[in-house]
Amino acid sequence: MAHFAKPEEGSWTEHYDLGTAAVTYEDSISPEHYELEREAIFKRTWLNVGRVEEVPRAGNYFTKELDAAGTSVIVVRGGDGEVRAFHNICRHRGNKLVWNDYPREETSGTCRQFTCKYHGWRYDLEGAITFVQQEQEFFETDWSKWGLATVQCEVWLGFIWVNLDPDNTVSAKEYLGELGAGLEGYPFEDMTQVYKYRAEVGSNWKLFIDAFAEFYHAPILHANQATAEESRKLSGYGYEALAYEIDGPHSMVSSWGGMAPPKDINMVKPIEQVLESGLFGPWQRPDLPGLENLPPSVNPSQHRAWGVDSFVFFPNFMLLVWAPGWYLTYHYWPTSYNTHIFEGNLYFVPPKTASDRLRQELAAVTFKEYALQDGNTLEATQSMIETRVVTEFPLNDQEVLLRHLHRTALAYIADYEKSQLDTPVEISAPS
Amino acid sequence: MSTILPAEFADLEPFAERWSLRTEAERYAERLSSPMNDLQAFYDAAYPRLAAAMAYLDAFDLSSLPPEATRLLWLCYSLVNVSFPIEVWHQPRVPDSGAASMDNVLAPSV
Repeated sequence: MAHFAKPEEGSWTEHYDLGTAAVTYEDSISPEHYELEREAIFKRTWLNVGRVEEVPRAGNYFTKELDAAGTSVIVVRGGDGEVRAFHNICRHRGNKLVWNDYPREETSGTCRQFTCKYHGWRYDLEGAITFVQQEQEFFETDWSKWGLATVQCEVWLGFIWVNLDPDNTVSAKEYLGELGAGLEGYPFEDMTQVYKYRAEVGSNWKLFIDAFAEFYHAPILHANQATAEESRKLSGYGYEALAYEIDGPHSMVSSWGGMAPPKDINMVKPIEQVLESGLFGPWQRPDLPGLENLPPSVNPSQHRAWGVDSFVFFPNFMLLVWAPGWYLTYHYWPTSYNTHIFEGNLYFVPPKTASDRLRQELAAVTFKEYALQDGNTLEATQSMIETRVVTEFPLNDQEVLLRHLHRTALAYIADYEKSQLDTPVEISAPS
Repeated sequence: MSTILPAEFADLEPFAERWSLRTEAERYAERLSSPMNDLQAFYDAAYPRLAAAMAYLDAFDLSSLPPEATRLLWLCYSLVNVSFPIEVWHQPRVPDSGAASMDNVLAPSV
C-alpha cells in the first residue's frame, strides 16, 4: 500500500524516464572504467572541497588530495579575502609545495607565504612567486609567469568548489542547478560546530553513494537501532520517500521521520529519552530565523512528516538537511576502482549549554554507528559483484537515485569519449 | 583515591579514571576493549545520573567549565558511546563491522 503519492506515471523511475530494466555494476568493478571516470568526471566537474569556515582569515589554508583527479590542491584565503586554489606543486622542479611529514597526507595551517621545502622558493597567498634562491644563477628574467598553477575555485553558500578543467566555462553556481539555487537562504553559516569522520572503504565510490541515496535498506539493515516494537512496525511499513527530485546530474530524496518529540516516549531508546536527541539530531530545533522559512529545495513536498532531505551533487558530494536544524555532508573520494575515502561531517549551531552539547554528541555517535553498518555492507557487495557470476540487478522505485547516478556517470564518459573523437588531430606536414 | 569529578557525583568516582576521556577515539577504544560486564556496570551507574549531570553542568558557561565539570561532561560522552553496546548491540562492536572503522578526525574542543 502506498503511503505517499507518486507521480502520475505511477513511479518515480518512469516519471524521470530512467528505464526500468535491471542494471549492471560493470561501471563499479573495472579498473579501465575507473580511469575513464577520472578523466571524464573528476577532472571535469566542480568538486566540493570544504567550507569557508575552514579558512576564515587571510593566510589560512588547507590541502586536499584529489587522487581521482590526479592532483593535490592548496586552498587558501588571500590577503584580499578571496579564497583561491592552486595545484600543490612548486614551479621550480615539481616538489609538492605544502605538506608535513608525509607527502600524501592532507594538512592545514596559517602562513604569510608558501615556502618550498626543497630549494626555498616562496609564493605569496595569491600564488605569485616572491623569492628564488640564487636567482642570479637562473637564465630567467621575468618571474611573473612562474607563479603557482591556478585551479578554478568558487565559493557558493559558503561551500568551496574547485574544477580541475582549465577550459571549464560553467560557474559552480550554474553547475549546481536549480536544486543548488533552491538552497540559498539556508543558514549554513550559523552551523559552525563541526564533527568530522573519515573511513577508508573497500568499495567503488558509487556504491557508498548508492547506500546513502536510498532508504529502502533502513528498516532492515538498521532494524535493531530502534526499539523492538518500533522496528517491527518500520519493517512492516517498508520505506517510501516523500519525494524524489532530479535536476541534470544532481538529485535528491526527501524523507519522513524523526518525529520530535516522539508520539510515545517508549518508541525511542533510553539514552534518547533522557537526552531528547537521536539520529535525526536534537529534538529541539535551534532558535534561528533562517530555519523559520526554509528555501524551496528543502522539503519540496511541504510534508508535515518531513525529516531529512538528502541531496546528491554529482559526482561525489552529498548534503543532508535535517528537519531539527542541522546538516551533514558526505564526500566520497575514489582512490581506485574498488577503494575510496569516505568523509562524513556534521554541522550544528554551537551549543549554548552542556545539555545541548550532549544532544549533539548523541547525534554524532549515532551517525557513526549507522555509517559503520552501512559501510560494512559495501566491501561485501564489492567482492561479490567483482565475481561477475551475476551481472544483472533489479532496482526498485525507491532506488531511483541509484539508477540516475550510474546513468549520469556513464553519460559523462560517453560525452568525454565523443569529445576526444571530435578533437581534430593535428597532422604536421612532412618536413 | 583522588577525586576528579564534582563532589555531587562522588558515586561515579569509581568509573571516572577509566571513562572520563577527552577524545572520541579514546572513548571508542575503551568501549571496544571492555568486556560487556564492565560496560554494563558503567552504564548502570551513570545512566540514572545523566539527568542530574545535565542539570549540574548547565549551571556553568559551556566555554568556561571548571576542570571537574569538564571531566563529568567527558564521562557523559562515554555514557553516550557505551549506550550503543548496552541498549542496541549487546556487544561492544557494531555487529558485522569486521575490520571496518571510522575515525573521528575533528571534534569540538569541549
